[in-house]
Amino acid sequence: MSATDPAAASRRSSPARIWGFVVELWDVLRRPSSVFGLGVLVLAGFVAGVVFWGGFNTALELTPTEKFCTGCHEMRDNVFSELKTTIHFSNRSGVRASCPDCHVPHDWTDKIARKMQASKEVWGHLFGTINTREKFVDRRLELALHEWARFKANDSLECRNCHSAESMDITRQSPRASVAHQRFLFTNEKTCIDCHKGIAHHLPDMRGVPGWQ
Amino acid sequence: MIGKPWLLALAIISATASTSLVAQTVSSGLRGSTPLNEEGPAAPMTPMRNTIEKEVRNYPEQPPVIPHAIEGYQIDINGNKCLSCHARARTGESQAPMVSITHFMDRDGQFLASVSPRRFFCTECHVPQNVVKPPVDNDFVDIDTMLGRATPGGRR
Repeated sequence: MSATDPAAASRRSSPARIWGFVVELWDVLRRPSSVFGLGVLVLAGFVAGVVFWGGFNTALELTPTEKFCTGCHEMRDNVFSELKTTIHFSNRSGVRASCPDCHVPHDWTDKIARKMQASKEVWGHLFGTINTREKFVDRRLELALHEWARFKANDSLECRNCHSAESMDITRQSPRASVAHQRFLFTNEKTCIDCHKGIAHHLPDMRGVPGWQ
Repeated sequence: MIGKPWLLALAIISATASTSLVAQTVSSGLRGSTPLNEEGPAAPMTPMRNTIEKEVRNYPEQPPVIPHAIEGYQIDINGNKCLSCHARARTGESQAPMVSITHFMDRDGQFLASVSPRRFFCTECHVPQNVVKPPVDNDFVDIDTMLGRATPGGRR
């Protein structure tokens, strides 16, 4: 490779060119700045940090919304339309639990972990893994099992964001519910999802699922 | 041919009677005072009976009524919420009555390992109850009352 032979330079393979750029960039980055003062660099770094971090969080906050979730027809036509008929969507007191209330952890680190998992859902959307009702129904058990496992692992945390055993007045419950909650919930023998599967969406084929026939 | 005018009169009378019936305000427990050719306002929804206490059957063959609320319970090809408590293996945890042994029989009287498909859809026979005063009186009496009535002092 020589500067006198531009044709040869342009024939260079692209991986080699990228590598050349990386080496050049590294050389710039590792040398102290000879143009900007330290204060300018620190201030610029701070401002850029605020902008990037704020931008990241703002973008992040846009995603866990009902509007965003139902932007894809996979969600809108299947699980969201099912939610609409349930008590978590419409009820006497007018409180609504929308998609992220149950499916996105509220705690930041858990939320980021869930968001990283959700990148697979973006993949699924782009490649049409469940882009028809039939495909969705076929994979419904697998998808449901993921969510049940998540709820089981975090002790139904998303349920407990609103429903807590401490604030539960069992005297206001039906005798059936009162007995079951005292026996299984208050003793920590079971967690919410063990009994309350399918309260917000239709159930998949439940054969083999514990507690179901 | 003497009957002919009579028949005609009868036809006219019955025709007028039937047309006036339409316009008449029939007050029955179910309809209220809404005329028969109009649709009245929808009745308010009534609360579901939601207890754990069995209701007495009116006759031995009666499918027991459901004493608790079953709103949102899925019963379809994918699953049966009722069986989460009433299936044989689930009654230990739930303390609910087990589905009758007759429900394990197919139509040839063969016993199956689990609930027979023809008995799978619980709400075809078993129904929840609303807390209401019956709008139409029912003078049904059960067999025990009937036998007691026939011979004062009772007979078994």
